[in-house]
Amino acid sequence: MAAEEHGEGLAFHPMDQFIVRPLFGEGDVGVFTITNATLWMALSVLAIALLFIVGTRGRAIVPTRVQSIAELAYGFIHKMVEDVAGKEALAFFPYIFTVFLFIVFSNFLGLLPMAFTPTSHIAVTAVLAIGVFLTVTIVGFAKNGAGFLGLFWVSSAPLALRPILALIEIISYFVRPVSHSIRLAGNMMAGHAVIKVFAAFAPLILLSTIGIAVTPLSIIAITAMYGLEILVAFIQAYVFTILTCVYLKDALHPHH
Amino acid sequence: MSAETAAEHGAAAAHGAEAASSGGMPQLDFATFPNQIFWLVVALVVLYFILSRVALPRIGSVLAERTGTITNDIAAAETYKQQAAEAEAAYHKALDDARAAAAKVVEESRAEIQKELDVAIAKADAEIAARTAESEARIGEIRDSAAEAVSTVAKDTTKEILGVFGVKADARSVTSSVNARLKGGAA
Repeated sequence: MAAEEHGEGLAFHPMDQFIVRPLFGEGDVGVFTITNATLWMALSVLAIALLFIVGTRGRAIVPTRVQSIAELAYGFIHKMVEDVAGKEALAFFPYIFTVFLFIVFSNFLGLLPMAFTPTSHIAVTAVLAIGVFLTVTIVGFAKNGAGFLGLFWVSSAPLALRPILALIEIISYFVRPVSHSIRLAGNMMAGHAVIKVFAAFAPLILLSTIGIAVTPLSIIAITAMYGLEILVAFIQAYVFTILTCVYLKDALHPHH
Repeated sequence: MSAETAAEHGAAAAHGAEAASSGGMPQLDFATFPNQIFWLVVALVVLYFILSRVALPRIGSVLAERTGTITNDIAAAETYKQQAAEAEAAYHKALDDARAAAAKVVEESRAEIQKELDVAIAKADAEIAARTAESEARIGEIRDSAAEAVSTVAKDTTKEILGVFGVKADARSVTSSVNARLKGGAA
């Protein structure tokens, strides 16, 4: 109600934070233009380099605080790859770790006020998911040859059902990169947009008396959403990584 | 309610130049895709090389080294524990040996003393027996000589008495009668 009444004064641009624009000057976004997306990806890479190169510089047997964070992250993903996809999958550990760190740092840096979140863009998450999809498919055929197609042939099901199941399995296999990428981008985008919507209500107190009630509520809502988003930022990176491990396990051991 | 109105106003606000080009959702502005994909690939490649060439081998070696150090320390602790146990066993053994040696020394000296004691007792007994025998012999001698002296005195006395009475004493009969009287007196 309040929003409709005072709509002219309130600025609702919840999606503007996702606009990719050149960092220097105006104009079109070309392939090599340095944009805000470039900046925040670079900041992620920089932060990771700080943590994993500067932080582990001491190579201490008794780690410093920063070094133990790096070791914790290493151990977390290393164990995940080994537990979910098996020992052979450790060859892909650097790749999976790269993906995990990029997502987790982009998500968290994106939570800074005025920040840009590369992982809220389907273009980014789709490239990540297609990369995983191609890797898994190539590894599957390289390791098992035609045996990889056994993934789609559910040998434990009754024979009559198997062709139907195979069709479903094939469809679900090709839907994987879609759900894999939309899940991450959708989560990041929705959370940021909701925070922005609540934020747009916050200055209502300057325009109307009803703002006395609405402004504190919206600030509380922003705070609560922000807490949730911190959780989501980690969980989505975790989900993306563990699904990568699960897909990799299918490629290495395609038998149900 | 608020989300709806927000969406409405978001759409209404889409007359900004950038928002218009993206049709409300910048994620679907395909003009920015090549840019994002290019920089993403650059970021991922840089990141992959940073991690796989520098960070991961380093952390891996640190973790391995730490595991090695811990294992070595545990092994060293085990060795020290074993050494302590050995030392304790050696101590107890030494203590037992010392006790046994002491017991043996006590036993030996007791046996030796007993032997010496036995020898001394035997010697003392022999001496006592010898002295007893000697004393008895001397007592017998004294008794004999006393008896002899009595008989001599008796004979002489008898001879003298008989001489006083004027009777010539016959030596043989005096002797025999004195001896008879002595025996009778003794009896």
